[in-house]
Amino acid sequence: MDTATRPPVEQIRSWLDQVPDPEIPVISLVDLGIIRDLAWEGDTLVVTVTPTYSGCPATAVINLEIENALHARGIARVELRRRLSPAWTTDWISDAGRRKLQGYGIAPPVAGTAGCNLGGDAAPTVACPHCGSTATRLVSQFGSTPCKAAYRCTDCLEPFDYFKCH
Amino acid sequence: MAATAPAAHPATVPGETLFEYALRLGDNGLILGHRVSEWCGVSPVLEEDIALANVALDLIGQATLWLGLAAELEGKGRSADELAFLRDAGGFRNLLLVEQPNGDFAQTLARQYFFDAWHHPLLAALATSSEPRIAEIAEKASKEAAYHLNRSRDLVVRLGDGTPESHGRMQRSVDDLWPYTGELFLADPVDEAMAAAGAAPALSDIRALWDAEVSATLAQATLRRPEPGYVQKGGKRGVHSEHLGFLLAEMQFLQRAYPGARW
Repeated sequence: MDTATRPPVEQIRSWLDQVPDPEIPVISLVDLGIIRDLAWEGDTLVVTVTPTYSGCPATAVINLEIENALHARGIARVELRRRLSPAWTTDWISDAGRRKLQGYGIAPPVAGTAGCNLGGDAAPTVACPHCGSTATRLVSQFGSTPCKAAYRCTDCLEPFDYFKCH
Repeated sequence: MAATAPAAHPATVPGETLFEYALRLGDNGLILGHRVSEWCGVSPVLEEDIALANVALDLIGQATLWLGLAAELEGKGRSADELAFLRDAGGFRNLLLVEQPNGDFAQTLARQYFFDAWHHPLLAALATSSEPRIAEIAEKASKEAAYHLNRSRDLVVRLGDGTPESHGRMQRSVDDLWPYTGELFLADPVDEAMAAAGAAPALSDIRALWDAEVSATLAQATLRRPEPGYVQKGGKRGVHSEHLGFLLAEMQFLQRAYPGARW
């Protein structure tokens, strides 16, 4: 792809905003905050990605989905770079992403509390995504995926996932 | 957590020392991750099954990063997978604690808690390492280790201060695994070279944090802290208990039977 016909990175970002997270398909990779940088180096598009969890099994799938989405848009040469530092934090999840999680039945991470569980501080107050009550109880720190904890609402009695702050 | 690596120092660490250090961190994560994964599908309750699988996943993910770094530092063309699956027991550098069998749930938890109470402050200090490739992995891993420590500490207290049955099992596990905790803090020339260069904290600093953490938790759990005694050691130089060979026989089977097999 010669320099004159390279799509601008803003355009590419909007394409990646349509690529769903493989485990929580209601939010996009851009919503999740893991796409850290997009830059052209000659005819190669360099996509810098910060992983969520070290052992997240979705990481390999995410890389594949990025490549597939960009190839489908006509970008032949894509290079993925892993950036570990600064480490991913749930504070990078977009406001749109938080609203989508809520609508999907997953309580979004309580804003600004990344690191709240480091060192054993009390867990934040989490609102039930179904009825809005804050009378909720932690069932387990570890839920259906590494990024979620299991909660239960003591008002509407529904169990729900909480996207834990990290 | 207050231990930090000393401020940047002119001393540099030889590549083979960094390789050895990364290998130890990777092997601890890999072997404990594999052990914990043995609970998958057979835990006492569903929530614990999921939690243990998640902890195992974090540890194996961290091991992938550490062994990837070790492979790069070694520069002999070996990959992280080759380091994981093609070394024999004598080549592994993990602590003896992490290769101990799961036993009952109390033994698994005591092993996890003793490890987490060491792992988290170590990683937090390594996040300020003078060696950036170590710092960036530690920064990521320390956030995960904080969740592990919160969980294992909580369960040690609940079982220790639980029924007579759970209390008895928890105390027996603490007593049985205690001889393996001394090795967490035994510094050898690799640890000393790393600390001197500001690339890793002094293990004596980590010991002070571990002691305070473990004493407070055991007291809260109504468990007796064992007296100092004989220290089992050797893991860092490849001298292991009889349990590691059996673990490797299972973990490495596929790559040994079908060399180079890929997903």
